Amino acid sequence: YPYVTGTSVVGVKYKDGILMASDMGASYGSTLRYKSVERMKPIGKHSLLGASGEISDFQEILRYLDELILYDNMWDDGNSLGPKEVHSYLTRVMYNRRNKFNPLWNSLVLGGVKNGKKYLGTVSMIGVHFEDNHVATGFGNHLARPILREEWREDLSYEDGVKLLEKCMRVLLYRDRSAVNKIQIAKITEEGVSISKPYSLRTFWEFNAFRNPTVGAEGSW
Amino acid sequence: MTKQHANWSPYDNNGGTCVAIAGADYCVIAADTRMSTGYNILTRDYSKICKLADKSLMASSGFQADVRALQKQLSARHLIYQHQHNKQMSCPAMAQLLSNTLYYKRFFPYYAFNVLGGLDTEGKGCVYTYDAVGSYERVGYSAQGSGATLITPFLDNQLKSPSPLLLPAKDAVTPLTEEEAVDLVKVVFASATERDIYTGDKLEIVILNANGIQCELMDLRKD
Repeated sequence: YPYVTGTSVVGVKYKDGILMASDMGASYGSTLRYKSVERMKPIGKHSLLGASGEISDFQEILRYLDELILYDNMWDDGNSLGPKEVHSYLTRVMYNRRNKFNPLWNSLVLGGVKNGKKYLGTVSMIGVHFEDNHVATGFGNHLARPILREEWREDLSYEDGVKLLEKCMRVLLYRDRSAVNKIQIAKITEEGVSISKPYSLRTFWEFNAFRNPTVGAEGSW
Repeated sequence: MTKQHANWSPYDNNGGTCVAIAGADYCVIAADTRMSTGYNILTRDYSKICKLADKSLMASSGFQADVRALQKQLSARHLIYQHQHNKQMSCPAMAQLLSNTLYYKRFFPYYAFNVLGGLDTEGKGCVYTYDAVGSYERVGYSAQGSGATLITPFLDNQLKSPSPLLLPAKDAVTPLTEEEAVDLVKVVFASATERDIYTGDKLEIVILNANGIQCELMDLRKD
């Protein structure tokens, strides 16, 4: 069972590649224990992995992938593992652990670009996997996906993509109790990976609905 | 001392419906493209149909990770068969292989509900229907998955497949033409989408006949 957990990761495809966002929090049950955890990491030259769920299992997955990339580099054959291959590998690893009744308690988002082709996929702790134009884990599925379904379009520019992701992360911040206001946005394109420095979102708590939540319905929250 | 029980289940139902209809010289296999979990939709664009051999296609609904593992297993076994026998597997052979593969995991089953469709060795359409542990039967048509209970009675009414217990054995394939069968499939899915929450988004229809394989995509209701 999970002890130290990260909350949602949200990813979208945009014009030049993939944009992924996550906050830097790791909770120990209901305590917001760690506030500087990088939950997105580059994998090889072409991929970016974001994880929610148990942080120690995420670190183990990074060790597995390290070994995978190492062996790939040792072949020294000019070929390098692309996001599709890494996603397939992760799917098999997660499914295998589930078969042994000892799952890695994570939901992963894997994005990347190789030879101009963009790839964005996700794997859950029991091995359910798929790829799509926008993915999210955990609460992101409930809160961010609907926003993305409405507002995502093909060929988003970088600025629009970041604005869209910030909108999703802001909603998650307001409504997910395990979210912290310190996020990173990662970008992966054909040229490579760049993960932004952590920053905070502007929040506004003076909405009438927040100040008077029960005005329309006494007894609710 | 009570036994400790796991708080998580290794299974999940990702929903969806699959249908297959066998004709005199064609076979129609169709499945929706929605993948869901609980009351959420994970993606609207996921194919449940897999081409296992030149003349065999499998459509599976149920737990997606198991379905994928099953598809990979069968494709790999087919490749080995091709290496050893220098020919493609026939649909009846693939049917037996699928049954055996499912039964192999009798005590930790693949949560996959399959219909196998294709052309048999004589070029006639054939459809095999399975349960999660491998019992199978050759039939003229079949539906599996979340919308199966809605679709099967309607197909029974329209296609009136003869009982396999009849003597002399009556042919199970439907006398419908290919166009009529495709139409029937579209109508059947449109109705299932209305009442089954796990079925919808898009319908993928694959038609297998002597000329090869054709694919068709049709929109379904997204709610």
